[in-house]
Amino acid sequence: MKPSTFREISGNSGGYWALLVFLGLLIAVGLGAAWYMEHNGHWVTGMNNQIVWGMPHVFAVFLIVAASGALNVATMASIFGRTAFKPLSRLSGLLAIALLAGGLLVLVLDLGRPDRLIMAMMNLNFMSIFAWNIILYNGFFVIVAVYLWTLMERRGNRFTRGAGLFAFLWRLILTLGTGSIFGFLVARQAYDAAIMAPLFIALSFSFGLAIFMLVLFASYRWSGRPLGDDMIHRLQRLLGLFVVTALLFVAIYHLTNLYAAEHRDVEQFILDGNNVYSGLFWVGYILLGSLVPMAIAWFSPFRAAIGWVTTAAVLVVGGGMAMIYVIIIGGQAYPLQLFPGKAVSSSFFDGVISPYSPTLAETLLGIGGVGIALAIVVVGIRLFKFLPLSLEDARVDAHDKAE
Amino acid sequence: MVKRYGFPLLLALLLAAGTPALAAAPLPDIPKAIKGEQCVEDTGFMRRNHMALLEHQRDDTVQRGIRTRQHSLKHCFTCHVVQDDHSQPVTAADPRHFCRVCHDYAAVQVDCWQCHVSIPEPSATSLRGGQP
Amino acid sequence: MSDEKALSGEKVMNNKIDSYKRRFLAQSAVITGAAALGGGLVLTRVVQARPASQAVSSKNRWGLLIDTRKCANDCDACVQACEMEHGWGRGSSDEQRSSPAQKAQWIRKVTLRDRTTGHETSLPMMCQHCAHPPCVDVCPTGASMKRDDGIVLVDKHRCIGCRYCMMACPYKARSFIHEDLHGQKTASPRGKGTVESCNLCVHRVDQGKIPACAEACPEKAILFGDLKDADSEIARRLASEPSTEIRGDLRLDLGVRYQNI
Repeated sequence: MKPSTFREISGNSGGYWALLVFLGLLIAVGLGAAWYMEHNGHWVTGMNNQIVWGMPHVFAVFLIVAASGALNVATMASIFGRTAFKPLSRLSGLLAIALLAGGLLVLVLDLGRPDRLIMAMMNLNFMSIFAWNIILYNGFFVIVAVYLWTLMERRGNRFTRGAGLFAFLWRLILTLGTGSIFGFLVARQAYDAAIMAPLFIALSFSFGLAIFMLVLFASYRWSGRPLGDDMIHRLQRLLGLFVVTALLFVAIYHLTNLYAAEHRDVEQFILDGNNVYSGLFWVGYILLGSLVPMAIAWFSPFRAAIGWVTTAAVLVVGGGMAMIYVIIIGGQAYPLQLFPGKAVSSSFFDGVISPYSPTLAETLLGIGGVGIALAIVVVGIRLFKFLPLSLEDARVDAHDKAE
Repeated sequence: MVKRYGFPLLLALLLAAGTPALAAAPLPDIPKAIKGEQCVEDTGFMRRNHMALLEHQRDDTVQRGIRTRQHSLKHCFTCHVVQDDHSQPVTAADPRHFCRVCHDYAAVQVDCWQCHVSIPEPSATSLRGGQP
Repeated sequence: MSDEKALSGEKVMNNKIDSYKRRFLAQSAVITGAAALGGGLVLTRVVQARPASQAVSSKNRWGLLIDTRKCANDCDACVQACEMEHGWGRGSSDEQRSSPAQKAQWIRKVTLRDRTTGHETSLPMMCQHCAHPPCVDVCPTGASMKRDDGIVLVDKHRCIGCRYCMMACPYKARSFIHEDLHGQKTASPRGKGTVESCNLCVHRVDQGKIPACAEACPEKAILFGDLKDADSEIARRLASEPSTEIRGDLRLDLGVRYQNI
């Protein structure tokens, strides 16, 4: 295989600037929403003392989970020897950093007192998963940056494998940490499960790859660079594999919960309720976000059909958002069981399902995070040599057959 | 260098508040305490260190339950009260407030009044006279 | 620069310790005198007030014992007392823009109904002051804290408003402030963007008084005391009578215990 030639995109077209202006608008609106929320206080959001984490957290968690998953393409090449993906490693690293930055920004801007963040970082309580995550997230930026350096600088090439391995292990721990934010909440029926951590890892593989594919397809189409059917097909198959893996973990999570009698009520609420969460779970995540993409991934009529593969990736992203929404919001909507077996009522919404309707502001804040992540990529590929000039089939390693 | 010596310089200016203004901006007219002749520490020391004392006291009180009066924020307002035209104490929302006069001048924003009351406790003024 | 200032402040403060001691002696004389005069207030004072300059210690552990049989369904005197003491709910004109689900509640009355028999029990629910509080474990900044004497509270100076403690609390004891406040009480600072909850009236306990809820209960259903003092009424009753911890399965070792649930 000939080594790929990497080149910045020219970025002079009207379309490029239009895209950048559009993303800039998303960011501006997101920051405006954050300012509005901080200035007024969180009463302007749909969040309250029952649903304490809302739409911003859905976006943030999704982006952070996807960030670690986006690095997988690089990992495939650097550690698992899938040389066909080697040309994609740089974009994989860039996207990982971008998604994490977008997600963290949303998380931070939703804080009640974001002005105190620096002080918080200097007084970490190491009993807290959150505190560990602050270290894991910051470390991720550094490690992926170093990994990108080993890829893009000739002198660093010999360290690529080592840096890639380290980045892979770090990202596994990072996603474990993100999942553990929920897994350690013993009090909440929906969360109190160690499987939350591996479940998040499984989800991260499919979310990250789906976003990676969308970014890759768009940048190759809009920059007019060739993208071979073989590469599309490889990614398509890999997406199918990751979607099945995630589905498996989701199934285990719900089955084990169903097995425990104390969790049966909350499972019934999520899976069999006449509510938005059951709808999002079955239609959003299972049908549209998993089964349809799996069909596209494996049935031969869709082989390397870029339109269908793009559809599959979009569905995985949408289904993923639905799944995170069900986990975060649905898990809080179901009441805490203070007195198991008793019917409970109070002025503070004990014993009732808490409704949640996100306002525009908190949703725009989340979208602003997406805007930041994409803007970093769009600017990054214009300034640095992230993208190979060509991903034509002849350039892709013929010996590394997709299974 | 300017940053390092800026604050002592400012203090020197503040201390010279009685003399006719030489600087461009008018110096703040620090309101007099409504009672007592002497603050809990020397005036100069307080001007330089009141924030350190308050922060120390704040952690002692919240974390260790130490509630000595001397350096407590609440205690400041037993003397440092500015009254409006109706003899009512003004809050930190009013630029005449004791803290605001200097802090506005120095353009230093404090984060106390989001949570803390900036006027004496109603009962405190009526029940307690004189020094602790 | 600010570090230097803080250091010089500390140095001078150390030099001033002698003057503190003199003041302290004078203060304690005043306090003792006041305590002697205030003998009539004995009901609201459970222990000799700790000197103001002395830190709380793990020799004490404050707690409550709540007898639900004495707790009337339609009575919320404890809730009202808390509102007045800490300036929330009916004790304040703030939080006008927050929805009912967004308004703070430090203590609430909960009614339990047995699904089979229909028997109803009423009880006040607030921070349970766990010995192993999940809110303290999860707080990234250490703002959610437990004092040495067992009182769990939020150091709002350090709270960044992430609400992880609210996710972790099994008792829904915590509230987030969703808007600017103006009518706070001097003894109970609280403000937008931070989390708060029952603090067992630390400011009263530090003065040797009992919490406002316990004082207000017309049936004396709420008993406040030192769980570690074997001679205290609360310790004696806990040793001789049955009591329950809510969600005892979580093994958080609660400072608030209930009877007759």
